[in-house]
Amino acid sequence: MKNAYMEEKEGLNYQTLVEETSRCLLCLDAPCSKMCPAYTDPARFIRAVRFKNLKGAAEVIRENNALGSICARVCPTERYCQKGCSRSGIDRPIDIGLIQRYITDFEQKNDMHILKCEKDNGFKVAIIGSGPAGLETACLLKMKGYQVDIYEKEKQAGGYLRNGIPEYRLPNAIVDYEIKRITDLGVKIKLNAEVGKDISFDDLKSKYDAVIVAIGYSESKSLEMFNDDKVILATTFLKECKSKQGKINVKDNVVVIGGGDVAMDVVTSLKKIGVKNVTDVVYEKLDEFLASKKELNEARENNVTIIDGYKPVEYKNGKITFESRFIDSKLVIKADLVILAVGQKMSDNHFDLPLINKGEIDIKNNYQIGESNVFAVGDITKGDKTVVYSIRRGKEVAFYVDSYLKAKGGKK
Amino acid sequence: MINRDISIDFLGVHFENPFCLSSSPVGNCYEMCKKAYKAGWGGIVFKTIGPSSFKIDEVSPRFDKLDKENTSFVGFKNMEQIAEHSLEENLNDLRRLKEEFPNKVLIASIMGTDEKSWEELAKLVTDAKADMIEMNLSCPQMTSHAMGSDVGTNPELCFKYSQAVRRGSHLPILAKMTPNITDMNVVAKACLKGGADGIATINTIKSIANVDINRKVGLPIINGKSSISGYSGKAVKPIALRFITQLRNDPELKELPISGIGGIENYVDALEFILLGASTLQVTTAIMEYGYRIIDDLTNGLMHYLEDNNIKHLKDIVGIATKNIIPAENLDRDYIVYPKFDKEKCIGCGRCVISCFDGAHQALDFDKDNRKVIFNQTKCVGCHLCKLVCPVSAISNGEVVLKKGRKGSPEDKDI
Repeated sequence: MKNAYMEEKEGLNYQTLVEETSRCLLCLDAPCSKMCPAYTDPARFIRAVRFKNLKGAAEVIRENNALGSICARVCPTERYCQKGCSRSGIDRPIDIGLIQRYITDFEQKNDMHILKCEKDNGFKVAIIGSGPAGLETACLLKMKGYQVDIYEKEKQAGGYLRNGIPEYRLPNAIVDYEIKRITDLGVKIKLNAEVGKDISFDDLKSKYDAVIVAIGYSESKSLEMFNDDKVILATTFLKECKSKQGKINVKDNVVVIGGGDVAMDVVTSLKKIGVKNVTDVVYEKLDEFLASKKELNEARENNVTIIDGYKPVEYKNGKITFESRFIDSKLVIKADLVILAVGQKMSDNHFDLPLINKGEIDIKNNYQIGESNVFAVGDITKGDKTVVYSIRRGKEVAFYVDSYLKAKGGKK
Repeated sequence: MINRDISIDFLGVHFENPFCLSSSPVGNCYEMCKKAYKAGWGGIVFKTIGPSSFKIDEVSPRFDKLDKENTSFVGFKNMEQIAEHSLEENLNDLRRLKEEFPNKVLIASIMGTDEKSWEELAKLVTDAKADMIEMNLSCPQMTSHAMGSDVGTNPELCFKYSQAVRRGSHLPILAKMTPNITDMNVVAKACLKGGADGIATINTIKSIANVDINRKVGLPIINGKSSISGYSGKAVKPIALRFITQLRNDPELKELPISGIGGIENYVDALEFILLGASTLQVTTAIMEYGYRIIDDLTNGLMHYLEDNNIKHLKDIVGIATKNIIPAENLDRDYIVYPKFDKEKCIGCGRCVISCFDGAHQALDFDKDNRKVIFNQTKCVGCHLCKLVCPVSAISNGEVVLKKGRKGSPEDKDI
């Protein structure tokens, strides 16, 4: 039987690629490129496709973005590159995500090895966490000649890419390809290695010239009133669903609370694995939804019931009472299962770093934590919590770590 | 649906509409021609009939196409020669078609190898009841150098063969020209002198459309090799129009009857040929790509044009644009038309700025913050490259200014 959860949406073929890129106006000082947080430079790679240079296009993407194939699939392009697209002045923006996906798939099929490393510079860097920020940082520092070790507490690398984003949006095979590209460069990933438990944080700080904390926001926030075993967190559900390839048993009647991209991933996944009634109740009104249009549309296409502008006020034994934020209205839903998707936070960790444990880290100080050799990057730092922003911050932290260590000098 | 007269008389033959299949793979047998007539084509130039002594032996594959970005079939390359059916079959087909479609025009294209065979073929197709003869002096992919475009560049041979065909038939004769020549007029005049009544032009242009960069051979590949052969389709239209204009602009060829050929796909293409002097039109490549059904919009579009412009008869507009094509040295060089930028229409892509700097005179700047074009008139020469590259037609003709020291009034200029 077909497993809808495991099926990625249809991409472009060569013909439709040519059609889509031929819609591009090849702008001067192209707004799409200016609006990509990761500086992936879509205008440049689309131009390469227009002039039949697919290998050149693949180089542009990969050299600008070590997770180009992942960004192609998960980036909410409507908020970034496509938001700037001049073609919107005629009809609709170029589908940059699909073009990028075709090119990175082409790169994979043609077994291209684009990224190259400078020779070993003698410095050693540890990165904690193998999510998008950790991977991008690792890749860039490795290319600059650093010895890079990633410490990952899970048994597989990838962080939220592997454990959070559903298979139909981001197949694990793609995550594997992207990680392999980076490990092929010589980055070492130590799995089942939780800092503070399996290895001490102090050891890392002394053993390595710099330590970069990239532990992400891997856990959903909870809401106090929801406190029985009929309630689970979005991150818990998404992780289980992905690791079991969608083959999990969920009862017929599920209520999801939240209206961001994670909530959309949860409700669409639930529908794709065959749950009968999926009701999403959202605090925001539809026009202020946090989820991207793409993900919201996908949820709708999968017949999710979406109720906007309601907040939960009471929970008792599976029965949730919501109140409208705008009209005199109450809503009572009895659920077999409640899933909370109301934002994410850092998961509990075992290393003592007060600044980190406070929450979002201010990156004004070039991502450096105080005067130490410790840096922070990714969702735990201030700014957008998207993969593409993690790439941007990865690039930035790699630059600052490099400057910091080169200034310190000492070795080679 | 509009229905008005678009018929025309050409060399004494009445065409219900000016659109014909050209002598090519699209009119290769009775069944094809029958379907084309039924679809609404006014005439057919049946695929060139050669002498039975010349054996046709075709290659496989035999076509290629030129693409540009997302546009397929910008140009088309063909290696097929003349009709491969036996002389008897072809003559039978002609007879049958004329019997079944007496009101449609049937033109027999012929190609001999010497005077005798030209004369003989002319007799045969006349007996088969064709309405007109077209001499194929121009096929660029024949396997014999005594045939095709090698003949068409030689005025003496063209004269002799035209005389031969004239001897063999009383029918109107068209001589089909090759564009693989510097001056077509010389050959056209030789044909007319020999007895031809009109000119069909252009045949295909010798070409190599593409090279396979991995196998290092032109396309199509025939056992590792390829050949030069005829190129046609939309891409050749400008070349065809140029030849027709040169013919009709020759004082000796002023009223030359022309059947126009070369990249016609739609009624606008057709009108361009008509306005420059073609009375009938011939089509192949567009049919190979889209089928006979394109006749619907050729005829309907032409009807609307005549209706909208209050033109009674198609013949009234044949060649009326020819006088407006004049030598470059006679053009009015006294003024500049500056471009006008429609700020509402502009979507800020900046393509005009790129082209103006890299391909023209650096007269446009770009306000990057607001994505607006800034026009610097002092640098502008009025070339209008900006207007041509604009994807949203936001640039049009603006102010007309006389160059320094020139006389006249800008308002009088027909820009």
